[in-house]
Amino acid sequence: MGRFTSLILYGFFCVVVVAAAQGRWVNPYILQIAMFVGINVILSASLNLVNGYMGEFSVGHAGFMAVGAYVTSVLNVWLFSTTKVFGPAVLDPSTAVYLFPATLLLGGIGAALAGLLVAIPSFRTRGDYLAIITLAVNYIVKSSIENMQVIGGARGFMGMSGIVNAMHEAVNLPWILIWVLVCVGFTVWVIHRFVNSTYGKGIVAIRDDEIAAEIMSVNTPRMKMIAFMLSSGLAGVAGGLFAHILGYINPGTFTIMKSTEVLVMVYLGGMGSLSGSVLSAVSLTLVLEFFRPLQVAKWVVVPLLLILLMLFRPEGIMGHREFTDIFPRLRRLFSPKGKEE
Amino acid sequence: MLQSFMQNFLNALQWGSFYALIALGYSLVYGVLLLINFAHGDIFMVGAYIAFFLATFLLGQYAFAFPFALPPLMVFGITVVLTMALTACVGVAIERVAYRPLRRKGASRLYVVITALMCGLILENGNLLFLGANRRSFPELLPGTVYSIGGMNVSNVKIVVIIATLLVFVLLETIVRKTKLGMAMRAISYDRMAVPLMGIPLDTVIVFTFVLGSSLAALAGVLFAIAYPVLEPYMGALVGWKAFIAAVIGGIGEIRGAFLGGFLLGFVEIFVAAYFPSTLRDLIAFSILLIFLSIKPTGIFGIARATKI
Repeated sequence: MGRFTSLILYGFFCVVVVAAAQGRWVNPYILQIAMFVGINVILSASLNLVNGYMGEFSVGHAGFMAVGAYVTSVLNVWLFSTTKVFGPAVLDPSTAVYLFPATLLLGGIGAALAGLLVAIPSFRTRGDYLAIITLAVNYIVKSSIENMQVIGGARGFMGMSGIVNAMHEAVNLPWILIWVLVCVGFTVWVIHRFVNSTYGKGIVAIRDDEIAAEIMSVNTPRMKMIAFMLSSGLAGVAGGLFAHILGYINPGTFTIMKSTEVLVMVYLGGMGSLSGSVLSAVSLTLVLEFFRPLQVAKWVVVPLLLILLMLFRPEGIMGHREFTDIFPRLRRLFSPKGKEE
Repeated sequence: MLQSFMQNFLNALQWGSFYALIALGYSLVYGVLLLINFAHGDIFMVGAYIAFFLATFLLGQYAFAFPFALPPLMVFGITVVLTMALTACVGVAIERVAYRPLRRKGASRLYVVITALMCGLILENGNLLFLGANRRSFPELLPGTVYSIGGMNVSNVKIVVIIATLLVFVLLETIVRKTKLGMAMRAISYDRMAVPLMGIPLDTVIVFTFVLGSSLAALAGVLFAIAYPVLEPYMGALVGWKAFIAAVIGGIGEIRGAFLGGFLLGFVEIFVAAYFPSTLRDLIAFSILLIFLSIKPTGIFGIARATKI
C-alpha cells in the first residue's frame, strides 16, 4: 500500500486540477500561474541536483532551458504546421497530440547534450571556476540563438500556439496543463529515486569530499556527467513546456536573470532538500505573482523579504531536511521501497 | 592596417581598464571572505549615479548655483574623491546589514552569495523606483581634447582612464604587500581560522576590504560616466558579471590576476567586435573563455590547492 500512496494521491490531485480546467471552474489566469508554478518546480528541483546535492554552483540553468525550449518548439513547428520558413507541415497536425511527448523528450535530450558543455570541463574544474563556466555557457547559448536567423534570432520564435490549438482540436483536453503535471510528477519522482540510489550517494559524497569519494571508488567523472546531464535535460523539458505555455519565446527570456530566479528558489528551499525546492518554487512564484500590482517596487520588496528570511533562517526554509524528516509520520505513507515497515 | 590595430589596442586598454577596476573589487573581497560579491556591479552603478549628482551639484546645475564657478578640474577632483568616499559607505553598509549577520551565524557561503545577488537587485530596482527609468546624461567634466599621435586619435579621457587604472594597481599592490592591514588581508586569505587567534581584528580588516573594493568600483563608475556619459539603472549588471568573469580568468583572489584578466577580457571583446560581426562578440568571447578555463582550470595566476584528507 505505502508504495503507491504518493502516486495515487498525486494522480488524484492531477485529475482534480485537469477537471477544474476542463470544466472552466477556474479562470485562465490562475491556470497559467499554476502552469508556471509547475515549470518552476521542475527547474528548481533539477538545479538542486547540481547545486544542492552535488555542491557545485551552477548559475546558467536558463541556458539549458533555452536549448530545450528551442529544440522542442522548432521541431513541433517544423513537423506540425505550415510556415514560410520550414515549408508545409511534415505530418498531419492532428498527430501532434501523440507526438508532443516525443518532441518534449527530444528537447530534453538536446538540453542534456548542451549540459555536456559544462560536464566535461567539470572533471578538472571546481567551485567558482565552474560557476564561471556555467555562466559562460548561458551566454554562449543565448548568443548563438541570437545569431541563428533561421529560428528568428533576437526577434524570437513563435507558432507554438498553433500546435496547442491543433492538440485541442484533436482531443479536447487542456493538454499543456496535463503535460506540465506529468512532467512535474516525473521530475520529482526521478530526482527522489536518483538521490536515494547508489548514484545519489556518490553525488553527495562528491559534495562532501571529492578526493575521499574518489578513493572510495566513486567514479567521479561519471557521476558528474550523469548529474549535469540529468539536471540540464530536465531543465530542457521545462523549457519546452514553457515555450508552449507562452506560444512565443525569445533569447532575452533566458538570461542570467532567469537563472538567478531559479538559484534563489533552490537556496530559499534549502540545499539538498527536494521538498524544500518544491515548496520554495511554489511559494516564490505565488509571492512574485501576488506582488505584481506593485510593479517596479516588486523587485525591491521581494529581495528585501528574501534577505530578511535569510537573516532569520540562514539555511533556507527546510535546511538539509526533507518533509518526511519534519513529519516522520508521513513516512508511513510515502516510504519508497517499503523500507520503514 | 597598423593604424586601426593601434587604435583598437588603445580602445581595448580603456575598455579593459573598467573591467580591471571592477574586477579588483571582486578579487579583494573574494580573497578575504571567499565571497563572490554579486552586488559589486551595482555598486559601480551607484558610484556613477553619486558622481552624477555630485557633479551636477558642483557645476551649479542642480538645486542651486554657487556664487562662484569652480574650475572644471577642481570639480572633477572633488567629484572623484567624494564619490569614492560615499560609495565606500554604501559598500560597508551592505556588508554590515546583510553579510555580517549571516557570517556570524555561520551560514554556508553560497547563502551569502544569494544575499549578495538580492542586494544587487535592490540597488538596481530601488534606483529605478526612486529615480525613474529615464536615462541621465553625465555633464562634461573633462573638456574633451583629442590629440592625434601618428594618425591615432587619443582623447584625454582615455589617457586619464588608463593612467588612473595603472596608478590604482601600483597603489593596491603597495597596500597589500607593504602595509600592516594588507598583511592582515593576506593572512586571512591564507588561513582564516588562525587569524583571529593572533589578535587580528577580523571585522576591521573586512570593512577595510569593502572600503577598498567599493571605492575602486566608484572610481570606475566616475570614469565610465565621463567616457560614456549615459547613465541607466541596469548599467552595472552586465558589466558586473563580465568583471567577475575577468576576475576569475585571472585567478580569483589575486590582484595581478584581476588586473590582467580585466585587460584580457577588454582586448578579446574589442578585437572580436573589430574583426567579426559585432553580434558574435559575446559568443566568441565566451567560447574563448570556456576553452581557456578547460585548459587552465584555475585561471592565469590561480594556484590549484592540494586538499589534504
